[in-house]
Amino acid sequence: MPDKKRVLMQGNHACVAGAIYAGMRFYAGYPITPSTEVAEGCARRLPEIGGRFIQMEDEIGSIAAVIGASVAGLKSMTATSGPGYSLMVENIGYAYMTETPCVIINVQRGGPSTGLPTKVSQSDTMQARWGTHGDYTAIAVAPSSVAETVTETIRAFNLSERFRTPVTLLLDEVIGHMREIITLPEPGECEVVERVKPTCPPEQFIPFEMTESLVNPMPAYGEGYRNVITGLTHDTMGFTTNKPVEIAPKLDKLRNKIMRHVDEITRLRTEFIDDAEILFISYGSVARAAFQAAKIAREAGAKVGAIQLQSIWPFPDKELMELCARCRKVIVGELNMGQVAIEVERVLPRDTEVHTLLRYDGEILTPMQLLEKLDEVL
Amino acid sequence: MSEPRHRLMDYVREEIMPHRFCVGCGCGTILNVFTHAVAEIDLDPARMVCVSGIGCSSWIPSPYFKADTLHTTHGRPIAFATGVKVMRPDLKVVVIAGDGDVSGIGGNHLIHAARRNIGLSVFMVNNGIYGMTGGQVAPTTPEDVKTSTTPHGNIEPPFKVADLVMAAGASYVARWTTYHVFQLRRAMEHALNKEGFSFIEIVSQCPDYFGRRVGLRTGVDFLQKFKGQSVRVKKAETMTEEELADKIVVGQLCDRDRPEFSSRLHRVTAEQVELIKKERAG
Repeated sequence: MPDKKRVLMQGNHACVAGAIYAGMRFYAGYPITPSTEVAEGCARRLPEIGGRFIQMEDEIGSIAAVIGASVAGLKSMTATSGPGYSLMVENIGYAYMTETPCVIINVQRGGPSTGLPTKVSQSDTMQARWGTHGDYTAIAVAPSSVAETVTETIRAFNLSERFRTPVTLLLDEVIGHMREIITLPEPGECEVVERVKPTCPPEQFIPFEMTESLVNPMPAYGEGYRNVITGLTHDTMGFTTNKPVEIAPKLDKLRNKIMRHVDEITRLRTEFIDDAEILFISYGSVARAAFQAAKIAREAGAKVGAIQLQSIWPFPDKELMELCARCRKVIVGELNMGQVAIEVERVLPRDTEVHTLLRYDGEILTPMQLLEKLDEVL
Repeated sequence: MSEPRHRLMDYVREEIMPHRFCVGCGCGTILNVFTHAVAEIDLDPARMVCVSGIGCSSWIPSPYFKADTLHTTHGRPIAFATGVKVMRPDLKVVVIAGDGDVSGIGGNHLIHAARRNIGLSVFMVNNGIYGMTGGQVAPTTPEDVKTSTTPHGNIEPPFKVADLVMAAGASYVARWTTYHVFQLRRAMEHALNKEGFSFIEIVSQCPDYFGRRVGLRTGVDFLQKFKGQSVRVKKAETMTEEELADKIVVGQLCDRDRPEFSSRLHRVTAEQVELIKKERAG
């Protein structure tokens, strides 16, 4: 067996590798720091494999074209950072409502507004959950290494196709720009989920039928289904409705098709948690520092463990409750004013102390800072 | 004996007819003309994608026209259609939406699609007002007209959208009114057969929310006004700006062959794939 291909790769380029592995063949985007390398990578790679790249006139047009390509039957994505994501959210809502799969990569920088184009942040975590108006359930995943960026990008596409919903891949500037030596997966090594297409004749097709799974087969445009898709609240045939008996079930469908499968979506990485009395909870670049801090603390004899949220939305309530059942204290570390911390507080029992180490000055959290916090709460 | 079925009913979603357009609205006429144009040049609706935005005229294709239809967000149909066309250049992709949608909120997508010369047919229904929200000023409302948001009269000059699209680089541009149904049908046929970006500005009527502001109470009032106001492109060239002030310049503004975007993009891809294959073989 020849050695697997080991490469030195940047996180943003790992997104491209993962997306192409997952079958992504359309990219539309608009340049923005610190995500631009994703667009550059797609511009170079996609034509080589029969895919298409367009640089659109803005981020609104980018996500619109991505959704257009997806209804044309192709796995599609875009990448941006906070300001661009803010422009995209209306059309991301359109993808939720029309149940159109697509992947949006947000390489986070400091905000609000133009904020800190070149500095790291995790302050779009809640935006990935609640960005667009209305009631819906979001899926967001957050890798913490270049290797994980490849696998989580593949997973983002799988979840998107599986549940017919947009999925946000939350990177932060550190993960997007850091370089690591990784081994790219061989064809067949990672699961790739393909979109389920209708098999019935067009005249029998009910595009948004309330089935057991709540996820309907999706025909591509041009396949003869003469499908109607609208962002207006619609009935099972896809036609606009104002009937209360049809409105609530549609919204329930959007939520339940995901919430019934939280276990399948949730992915957590844990270290030293079996007898841990104190747990670090973090994600993205902070998780790297937290694992290191837990290791150092263990070496010094403290019963400390760490949990990394590889998927953030839907929030892993049940899993987190179980993992933290025996610990007395948790420390949530994140690069914002506590967006995940409030979720942790919501989930954990009242007698579990939730401490936070929050940084929002454009700098990373270091293992030493986490250890200092640990000393403080011990 | 059952009523004979009209041959064009195959082109519309019969199950949700009759349509909901107001009495005298131009949208019904445009749906009629569009359907005739599609039938006349023998396009298969199953091979068409009709994209629309938000506003009354966006309902012409979605839900009424029975192709694959994508009823998108306000102002963005051209951007959505771009994604469809790039991945499925074999399909006929048509955008039908209003003046507020296409030239107001979505103006940026319009000029960039025209500049790229992507093979979309965009039929912009220009009724000079935001009708669906009850009659607010649009980028196309004539000066001095009182609307609900210009109660003291509109102080902004209106957009000449067809001229803008021509300047931006489109292959085919025309302007007609709902009075000119036969000319409009022929223009639509031509636009649908055009390889690059084709654009028709269709001056249309909104008796309810525009007409009441300007003393035109019925659809017929509007059609008579359009008839009197219309000046052909050739004749307009000989007229001064003052003479053209309250006129509608109708006819074909341009018809030219320029490289189409999605086929160029396809070529880049095909060449790249070939190159990589050769490199691997060598």
